[in-house]
Amino acid sequence: MVAYEPVIGLEVHAELLTESKMFCTCAVVDSTSAEPNTVVCPVCLAMPGVLPVINRKAVEFGLMVGLALNCEIPAFNQFARKSYFYPDLPKGYQISQYEYPLAINGWLEIDLPDGSTKRIGIRRAHLEEDTGKLTHVDGHSLVDLNRAGVPLLEIVSEADIRSAEEAEAYARKLRAILQYLGVNSGDMSKGVLRMEPNISVRPVGSDDLRTRTEIKNLNSIRSLARASAYEIERQIALYEAGESVQQATMGWDEARQVTVTQRVKESSEDYRYFPEPDLPVLELDRAWIEAVRAGLPELPDAKRDRLMAEHGLSRYDASVLVAQRAVADYYEQALAAGGDPKQVANYLIGDVFRQMNLEGRERDDIGAILLTPQALAELVTLVRQGAINHGVAKQLIETLYAEGGSPARLVEQRGLAQVSDESVIGEAVATVLDEHPDEVARYLAGEEKLIKFLMGMVMRALKGKGDAQVVQRQLAAQLEARRK
Amino acid sequence: MLTDLTLTEAQRKLRAGEITAVELTQAHLDRIRALEPALHAFLTVTAERALDAAAGADRRRAAGKDSPLLGIPLAIKDVLATEGVPTTCGSRILEGFLPPYTGTAVQKLFDAGAVMLGKTNTDEFAMGSSTENSGYGVTHNPWDLDRVPGGSSGGSAAAVAARMALGALGTDTGGSVRQPAAFCGTCALKPSYGRVSRYGLIAFASSLDQIGVFGRCAEDLAALLSVIAGHDPRDSTSMDLPVPDYTAALTGDVAGLRIGVPREVFIDGMQPAVEQAIRAAIDQFAALGADIREISLPHTEYGLPVYYIIAPAEASANLARFDGVRYGPRHAQGALWPTYKATRGQGFGAEVKRRIMLGTYALSAGYYDAYYLKAQKVRTLIKQDFDRAFGDVDVIVAPTTPTTAFRIGEKAGDPMQMYLSDVFTLPASLAGIAGASIPCGVDEAGLPVGMQLLGAAFDEPTVLRAAHAYQQVTGWHRRAPAL
Repeated sequence: MVAYEPVIGLEVHAELLTESKMFCTCAVVDSTSAEPNTVVCPVCLAMPGVLPVINRKAVEFGLMVGLALNCEIPAFNQFARKSYFYPDLPKGYQISQYEYPLAINGWLEIDLPDGSTKRIGIRRAHLEEDTGKLTHVDGHSLVDLNRAGVPLLEIVSEADIRSAEEAEAYARKLRAILQYLGVNSGDMSKGVLRMEPNISVRPVGSDDLRTRTEIKNLNSIRSLARASAYEIERQIALYEAGESVQQATMGWDEARQVTVTQRVKESSEDYRYFPEPDLPVLELDRAWIEAVRAGLPELPDAKRDRLMAEHGLSRYDASVLVAQRAVADYYEQALAAGGDPKQVANYLIGDVFRQMNLEGRERDDIGAILLTPQALAELVTLVRQGAINHGVAKQLIETLYAEGGSPARLVEQRGLAQVSDESVIGEAVATVLDEHPDEVARYLAGEEKLIKFLMGMVMRALKGKGDAQVVQRQLAAQLEARRK
Repeated sequence: MLTDLTLTEAQRKLRAGEITAVELTQAHLDRIRALEPALHAFLTVTAERALDAAAGADRRRAAGKDSPLLGIPLAIKDVLATEGVPTTCGSRILEGFLPPYTGTAVQKLFDAGAVMLGKTNTDEFAMGSSTENSGYGVTHNPWDLDRVPGGSSGGSAAAVAARMALGALGTDTGGSVRQPAAFCGTCALKPSYGRVSRYGLIAFASSLDQIGVFGRCAEDLAALLSVIAGHDPRDSTSMDLPVPDYTAALTGDVAGLRIGVPREVFIDGMQPAVEQAIRAAIDQFAALGADIREISLPHTEYGLPVYYIIAPAEASANLARFDGVRYGPRHAQGALWPTYKATRGQGFGAEVKRRIMLGTYALSAGYYDAYYLKAQKVRTLIKQDFDRAFGDVDVIVAPTTPTTAFRIGEKAGDPMQMYLSDVFTLPASLAGIAGASIPCGVDEAGLPVGMQLLGAAFDEPTVLRAAHAYQQVTGWHRRAPAL
């Protein structure tokens, strides 16, 4: 059997979180919840006679992304009209950038599962305007133009991606960058960030580019990964069966976890691009570009490297912490509140994430949990000071996650303070050993793993509050004393 | 008669308290009522609104207030958006459309106190040279009702020539204020591209469209332009340049003014009476002390083909929004595409469809470089012709049209013949420079001949100064059609 490799490029559309739309003063709102057609004006409704005016902030946001993706920023920018008819496109053309995009020739570094890294080329990033939304009801289509004219940045990668896993890593990294820059929420379920992979497969070793398909309707990065994996297998199966792949737009059916042909592309559509005569050429001032570059926030890779260098975190832990801006913010707020960097990382990645997973909460949403970063820092500090032990800390995280509140007050209210008193612990150890003569005998006969059982019994006697180190020392000493 | 006043004379009488805005407006409304059956210059007459505005103007004046056009009744071409007042662009596809906003230039007129009498007829979407392409019937030339008034701003030109309005706004994409002004024996100015905001001008060809003004003398043009000129943050192609005092430019003096006469404009096929009138006007300028120089605009002959690629290309996109989804009549056919086809098929007239097809073709994959891109390059050459010429001269004089007004129906079946009537006005539009047309004679039949005065970009003052000086010693602009 021939071995195949996929060739994947990603087209990403990111709505920009500007206050107003790309070419008019209408506000940018959550179009999944706003009353339809309430955030519109003559310009975004394409009333006869209106004209577009470029939103400077959108250009700045696009520039930030281009710079963060290591792109060249050509001084000469031009908008163009892309013509096609559809009811969600009020003017009958979309104002986009064609020949002269905002950013070109960049790259993004992704982390691979084997610990290595790979650069994925960025072909271009250009500004355009979003379309409206159609809802199909009872054989009719309802048009909502709240979203029409929202600034959109299209980011096109080179076809450098070679697996569904790489596609996922690229998507996660790109989304993190957009979030760090504060230009996009990264919420794919609301459609403010849309990712469309172009996929083809070829025999390993071949340089051919075979017929590709494009997948739409991906509501999460998980779906992107699954849909890509599915599509790769589907295409391989077709070639293996002696059939060919048809150039098409596929849709991802989330319920059935399959890709379905939406539209077969017989010939490439002719959009009749030409320079937008309603807008002057946009010449970007070098000084402005450099000022934007200087103002870029710390990006995920830089933050990861800094966390490793400053706090001695492992690359894995640091990568997990920087993967979502919300998580990184949470972590750094906990550090700012005095939490020990390593301990905070451990509890966050271990226990807090476990609680979030149980609840089905996305990591992006960590800012909304009841356990505040300050409380986590306080908890970690209590552990370090010996005021509570690790087991109690884990219990408290569950409680604080569910109810919020102050760790110190909870410790006090519930009497969870760590017991370190040698005599109290010594007594508990003696009692446990007396109550379990068989286990003591077997331990002394060489069955050393029973120490864990005995540890557990002592901890239970101490209601979980015992200082683990003292318990261990006492237990070892008293067992040795019973050897004679 | 109040309707025989020029705009500037009416201003003086209003300020002196000799007449009221209501009287002035009523006189024009009466004249519109009397002449409309014969001329059909208007698509909508807003009589009630006009009288209300006039009464308001009189109240303001009584309260001691004044503004540049307080109480001056004007006509507005129907391609300019006016809130709550039908704006059709002469097209069935916008039948009954009431814009939710007023465009910048019209709003500036309102803010200056002007009274809108109504909306004037036009070739559909300003595409044409005769108003025969209007979806609502042709306008008749006030000098000869069997002839066209020119176009596309034929309604505005006829209204001003026939004394139905003291002045008017039109739009000029390839000659659409200058050519009808010439045919109707009145004055018009197409400002430089970027001088007047296009916000509210329903686009035909975005890189060429400019709002222009009609009046009965250079002074009136200056008064109107002073009000509508200037940068508009809603139009990124409007230039942020100071607006000079156009009236102050009217010195009456052209001594030493360098006037260029392009050798390319006296072409074969030109009506002899037109050439004679232009040559006489040049002699008149020489007699006033102007320095007459022959110049060359070598790429003039390419103006027409370049225009008929660029303008339809832009139009093909500009007119895509008329899909029946959000406004205008919808010819519902169940499914989407049949509805699009029926709505646009029935809504647009033949000339508009022809230009949409021309433009769509010129922009198609594989043809873009050969047509649109090449046309843009030649457009640059045409611009450079003018740049060179204006290094040597201050104003260029040329005929506005090769002939006087033609008969209704005479060229309707032959688009090329129709297009040729704009051959002298197209280059200035492509170059984005200032251009006026003023009457300078008549032909054997007594039909007016128009002279074009072109100035460098944003040099409207010099164009107006030349026109004004000419009108100080000639009376062509004072002739009125017998109606």
